[in-house]
Amino acid sequence: MTIDTTPKMTWWNRLSHPGQFVALTRPLVLPLALLTGVLFAVGLWYGLFSSPPEKYMGDTVRIMYVHVPTAWLSQFVYATMAVSALGTLVWRHPMADVSMKAAAPLGAAFTAMALFTGSLWGRPTWGTFWEWDGRMTSTLVLLFIYLGIVALWRAFDDQLRAARVVAVFTLVGAVNIPIIKFSVDWWSTLHQPASVFRADGPTMPGEILTPLFVMFFAFTFLFITLQLAAMHTEVRRRRITTLERRAARGDAR
Amino acid sequence: MIALGAHAEFIIAAYVGVFAGLAALIGWTVFAARQTKRRLEELGDGQRANSSAQ
Amino acid sequence: MNGFWSVLSREIRLSLRGGGEILTLVLFFVIVGAVVPFAVGPDKALLARIAPGIVWIAAFLAMLLGLEKLFGPDRADGTLALYRLADIPLSAVVAAKVIAHWLTAALPLILASPVLALLLAMDATSFWRTVLSLLLGTPALAGFGAIGAAVTVATRRGGLLAPILIAPLSVPVLIFGVGAIAPTGGPDQAQAAILLLAALSLMVVVLSPFAAALAIDWGED
Repeated sequence: MTIDTTPKMTWWNRLSHPGQFVALTRPLVLPLALLTGVLFAVGLWYGLFSSPPEKYMGDTVRIMYVHVPTAWLSQFVYATMAVSALGTLVWRHPMADVSMKAAAPLGAAFTAMALFTGSLWGRPTWGTFWEWDGRMTSTLVLLFIYLGIVALWRAFDDQLRAARVVAVFTLVGAVNIPIIKFSVDWWSTLHQPASVFRADGPTMPGEILTPLFVMFFAFTFLFITLQLAAMHTEVRRRRITTLERRAARGDAR
Repeated sequence: MIALGAHAEFIIAAYVGVFAGLAALIGWTVFAARQTKRRLEELGDGQRANSSAQ
Repeated sequence: MNGFWSVLSREIRLSLRGGGEILTLVLFFVIVGAVVPFAVGPDKALLARIAPGIVWIAAFLAMLLGLEKLFGPDRADGTLALYRLADIPLSAVVAAKVIAHWLTAALPLILASPVLALLLAMDATSFWRTVLSLLLGTPALAGFGAIGAAVTVATRRGGLLAPILIAPLSVPVLIFGVGAIAPTGGPDQAQAAILLLAALSLMVVVLSPFAAALAIDWGED
């Protein structure tokens, strides 16, 4: 490697320029959307038609094919936000702001879906829609954190200023989530008789793993596609704000 | 459609709920994208949005 | 260090001069606790069982109430901008304010807790446990409160937002706080809860001034 200090369009530089970022990633959206569609079609076919009922849970196991991916995304999206928050705070990367803002409502939606499917799965297997079980409770707290972050974004007028404040809060949340998880687990084992069903039980046979994996990738790619599209929208929205401000200044003169 | 056993309504509700949620999410993303694109064109910046700095 | 003490004494003097504010907060704390028997019925056994939770919720709500006073007035009159330029770090100023917040918003509640204990038919042992767990846990609430107040201070309508943001973060404080009073899992679990509560408070008190100072500093440009 030679040391060259002239500014160059490396991939990192291109990614940190909003216009370049859009130009670079725009062609990815359509293929990703198609891939997501195919994965969903295959996953649904496997999940609903081509897999046998499970030995202990029967057909309710099919809820797992939409529950586990959304539960995974509820945490993965927060990890995305935390990494983006680091990008905002440490490198002042302009696209990190945008990624953080785009991810928050998506994360809230996936977390809400995980809770929804979880309670529909809980009714036939545990006999109740809501159990104050460690995992469900900490997912509920996570949903509250997501909604708080969305509300915090909306409370600011200046989005660049909002980004840095939200980044601080996102990281505070990221440090706290393991503590919340631990405390909730501690609390729910104290209050609960051991009769409640533990999901880890028997190992899963292949015919259940296949639809689970396909759906897992389908949901993950859906998140990536929506995240990219939302980021492009956010870049455009900031451009609009700049133009409107410029126009207002021009009119005033 | 295959028979979904004793708890069919829960399975169907879960799938319908999730896919309604996903449809809303996709619809909202597409709607926001269209809206900002239209607004940019109104401001006379349709093509340059991709190439110019902030 | 000099600046730290002067901020601390300024904060305490300001809230004492307000006079009624601390009294109002204590009154709120007692009233929230006293309203519960009207809602659940005056069954002494039931009240004694849920008393730890009631005391903690009353303290939690009362501490949320005072949050807007933490940075809001200082930002409105420009003091916060001066603090950012001061020769002591902003995190030291925030630490002083957190301590002052605890002294003026949490300590009076703990002193008033005997009233609630009496009203809610607590016995002596669980009363002392309550005092201990409030002493150990409220610093963490003050620290989280400072973070919530700091991230919302630059917004136009931060009033309701700060409680929404920090309530989920405060879940562990409530869990261990109540766990330390009501040993549902036996006395050794209560011991563990006390230790975990103390560890949590230490961590939050040490780290929150830095996070809050960062949020204030970067929210202001």
